[in-house]
Order: sequence, then C-alpha cells, then structure tokens
Amino acid sequence: MSTTVLLLITGLGLGALYFLIAAGLSLIWGLMRVLNLAHGAFFTVAAYLGWSASLALSGTSPWVQWGVSVVVAVIAGGVFATLTEVVLIRPLYARPVGQVLVTVGVALAAVALIEGGYGGDPKQLTLPAWLTGTTAILGANIPNTRWVAIFAAALVLALLLFFLQRTRYGLIVRAGVENRSMVEALGIDVQRAFTLVFAIGGMAAGLSGVLAAAYYGTIDPVRGTSMLIFAFIVIVIGGLGSVAGSALAAVIVGVLQQFLNFYAAAGVGDFAVVLLLAVVLLVRPGGLTGATST
Amino acid sequence: MTAARGRILFAVAALLVLAALPQIGITIPGLFERPLSAPGTLSLLALCFVFGALALTYDIVFGYVGLLSFGHALYFATGAYAAAIALTRWHWHLPQAILLTAVVAIVLPLVLGAVCLRMHDIPFAMVTLAFAEAGSVLVLQNPFGLTGGEEGLALGSDVLPSYLVGVPNTHNLYWIALAFLVLTYAVGWWAVNSPPGRVWQAIRENERRVGVLGLNPYLYKLGAFVLSAFLASAAGVVYVLLQGGANPQITTSSFTLALLVMVVLGGVGTLWGAVLGGIVYEYLDFRLVALSNAPALQSLPAIVRVPLSEPLFILGVLFIVLVLFVPGGLGGLLRRRAAA
Repeated sequence: MSTTVLLLITGLGLGALYFLIAAGLSLIWGLMRVLNLAHGAFFTVAAYLGWSASLALSGTSPWVQWGVSVVVAVIAGGVFATLTEVVLIRPLYARPVGQVLVTVGVALAAVALIEGGYGGDPKQLTLPAWLTGTTAILGANIPNTRWVAIFAAALVLALLLFFLQRTRYGLIVRAGVENRSMVEALGIDVQRAFTLVFAIGGMAAGLSGVLAAAYYGTIDPVRGTSMLIFAFIVIVIGGLGSVAGSALAAVIVGVLQQFLNFYAAAGVGDFAVVLLLAVVLLVRPGGLTGATST
Repeated sequence: MTAARGRILFAVAALLVLAALPQIGITIPGLFERPLSAPGTLSLLALCFVFGALALTYDIVFGYVGLLSFGHALYFATGAYAAAIALTRWHWHLPQAILLTAVVAIVLPLVLGAVCLRMHDIPFAMVTLAFAEAGSVLVLQNPFGLTGGEEGLALGSDVLPSYLVGVPNTHNLYWIALAFLVLTYAVGWWAVNSPPGRVWQAIRENERRVGVLGLNPYLYKLGAFVLSAFLASAAGVVYVLLQGGANPQITTSSFTLALLVMVVLGGVGTLWGAVLGGIVYEYLDFRLVALSNAPALQSLPAIVRVPLSEPLFILGVLFIVLVLFVPGGLGGLLRRRAAA
C-alpha cells in the first residue's frame, strides 16, 4: 500500500514537471504551429542560472537561496524564450520549417554553452532542510519535493486557465488556436500574443527546470532534452493545443512511467509511454481531447 | 561538350583522385595535419564519406518527400547495433551479420513508418522523435546484455576478416567507405529520378493534389521512408567497420539533430548538397575539437575561450546563421556563385 502511494505521488510529481514544459509547448504549437525544440534549452539554462544565483548567495538562509533561485530561473526562462521568439523566430514566419530548424540551432548551441561554462558533471542545488525531508501519508514517506512540484503545476494550471478563460489576451490566444487567419482578418495583432505565449511557456519551463533540480537532487546539461521528448509525447497524447489535455496526459504519462519502472524494470516505463503514444495515435489521432485551448 | 557531360567528367575525375588518395603522399597544410595517405587522415576522410552518405539518406525523406523526421538516427543505430550484436554476441561471420541487418533494416522502418505516417508535418516529427528516444532507452538499458549499455559494443580483433583490421589496412576501410558513398549516391539518384521519386517531390509540393490525382501518398511516403532507413542502416554497418564497434551516442536525439544540421548545411533537396553537408559537418566537428585544445585558444579570456572550445556551440550558431540568411545552404551558395 505504502509503495503504491509513494509511486503514485512520485508519478504525479514527475507528471507535474512534464506538464510545466508541455503547457507552453502546447500553446506555442496551437497558436503558432511552431515545434519549439529550444524548450528543453529554456529548462536547462534556467536551472543553471538559478543554481548560479543560489551559489552567489551562499551563506544566507537556504530558504532565501532556494527562493531566489526559483525566481531567477522563472525570469531567465521567460527572457530567454522572449528573445528567441523576437530575434530568431519572428523573421521566419513565412518559413515554418525554418522556424523549427532555428530552434534546433538554439537547443544545440545553448546546451553546448552550458556544458562548456559549467562542465558536464551534475551540480547540486542548495535546498532548505524541509525540502530534502519527507512527509508521511498513509504510511508512505513522500519526499517533499514531489508536493512542491505538484503544487506548482496545479497553480500554473489554474493561472493559465484563468488567463485563457478570463482575460482579453487569453481570448485572443484561444481564438488564434481555433482559427488564426480569422483573428488576423479581424484586425487583432496576433504577433504580440505570440511573444506573450512564448514568454509564458519559457517561464513555466524555467520553473520546471529549477523544480526538477530539487526533484532529482541534481542538474545536468542533458536532462532538458529527455524531459522535452516526454513533454512532446504528453502534448500529442493530450491533444495538441489543449492545456487541460496536456495536464491530463502529463498525469497519465508520469504515473504510468513510475509504476512500470518500479514493478517491471527500469526503462520499461519509458518504453511503455512511447507504446501508449503509438496506441493513442492509432485509435484517436487527435489525442485525448480535440484541439481547443482550454 | 554539354554542361551535363562536363559535370560527369568532373565527377569521374574527382572520384579517381579520391580512390588513388591512399597512394598519394601529398600534404595539404591547414586542412589536414598529416599527409593524405596517413592512416589518421584516411580514417577521418572515410568517416566523412559515411556521414555524407547518411546525410544523403536523410535528404531523401526530408528534402525530396518533405517529411521532417526526427528519428533518422534510430535506423543508423539499428544497422550499427544489429551488425555489432551479430558479430560479437552471436559470433556470426560478416556476410550473415549483414544479411540479418538487411532484414531488420527493412522490417523495423516498415512497422514504425506505417504508424508514424498516420501523422503529418510536425506531429509526424514528434512521433518519430519519440520512437527514436525509445530506441535510445532500449540501447542504454542493455537488454539481455546485448547492447553493452553506455559502454557500447567493441568488435574484437578476431571477429572481422583480417584485411579490415589494424592501422596498416586503413586504406581498405577508406575504399569501402568511398565505394559505399558512391553506391548510395547512385541508388539515391536513381530513386529520386524514378517515377516514384517524381511522386515524392509532388507530395512535397502538394500532397492533397497527389491524392486527388488518384495516387496514394501514404504508400509512396512509406516507400521513401523504408528506402531511406534501409540505406541509413547500411551506413551504420560501414560505421561499425570503421569505428570497430557501436556506441550509444549514435542513438541519441542530438545525433538526429546533427543529421538535420548536415542536410541544411549542405542544401536541402539536392543529393550532392547533402553529401557535402555531411562531409563538412563531420570534418568541422573533428577539427573544432582539435582547435579547442590549441595553445592560441587557451590564452584567451574565458568568455571567448569557453564558447569557442565547444564544437556544438559553433556548429549550432553556424546553423542558425545559415537558416536565417542562407536558406539554400552551402550547395545553394555554390550554385548562385556558378550562376553569377
């Protein structure tokens, strides 16, 4: 029983990290039809800058260090994403494949730069004592980092849904996902919504990066790439362009992966997730939900 | 003499020079540190040829059919690992190992392609990426002790025929790589100029119209996918012979992205452009590592030194610049120079 609970919560925590990456990717795809391979680089760069910030503050309380590293990572992810959109993706609106290729270049260059600057060895983030501890639920000792990841993802999901449902820009984004050329024809500037969606996606990816550092205990230059691949699987299963679908799929993927990696063998869970993707594609090519942005 | 005949004569002459290279002792300062006939130079050139051929196979699906696959490394790795496993784990002879690899290299892309091609455009790209990742996970997990996990598989000195082993026989491997490149080019040229090859290019331009004309785009795409994957697996076998083993780096998604960089570097949609891109990429990748250890670089301040000593950073930036400003790649540049 306690193992089941532990695996379930840990799987939810992993799903939360996936969701934070997938939400931005899904919106970017839904609105702009850009496959953003640089999203993993946002994750990695933000995590490392957060680590640097925390290192610069060494000596102060661990809570301050960790809090600052979270804030720095979120801002770094947002700034990096905005710059990528404005400088590199905007000039290529007429060439969709060119946009994908440019994000490939960003991913390669940014990860190589991080590896050059910080070295390839895993780095440890300073965490408050509470974060490294566990909380007992139903006889299972759950690491507190899982709760933080789940809480953060739930908060981001709520904020995103509020943004999409209740604000003017959210309305433009939803309309853009539905039919971009119609929104443009009505004289609404979709470009600004593009930049906004990129910034939000980058911030969420940065948050995921710094939370993953706590979840796994370390940061390394290549985790972003493998997280990105699972985030792709999540958004295809969830239905491209749908934030709620991504949340649902992230939970399914994270929990399935944890259970199979534990009960079958390490790696089986990763494999099963890809199989699940194939099955979903064969049965429901549009994903679990249709393409709507709610 | 027509331009086409001139080009063929030039290609034949270039090939003869390349084939005779192991016997010519000249040095090209700057480009290669040692004479061209030295084993080190020959094995670098051989590797360049294999990557040129691999880039060509990727260009068939990406450049001619317009399928953005992010899983092409999987088929290269399939060839490499199938051959290496048969040779080292089961102690098969080289011909049997190649036969087994050929069977796997047709069945696997047929099954995976049939699933992936239900998607179009970018979702297709994501799904191929996911399958390639599954392959990478599988190789790293070392199932039944077959793949050797992170260490990869090293061919011992006794599993290959003696003329393929050892530094003095490097020229044999060089010739094999060159012959493979020529063969791949011939097959690729024949395929894209055959009637199905014309349908591939029509699908790239307007898939729906091909469907309206009464052809089934799905089957044509699957054919191109399988052909390209099969040739990539063959390149994997040659790679194993050259490197004396298989390593998990060739299964990673970064390796697929490197393939994409090669093709875009050389020029999408031309066979010789892709070959050129593959050769230049591999050469740069090798030489930039040497550059990063150069004494002149070590004396620079860290902010300049660190980026310059990361080959992937330089290649990534070069790639961005090419995509933004030179959409035709190196091939496009050369053609424009020739036209001007």
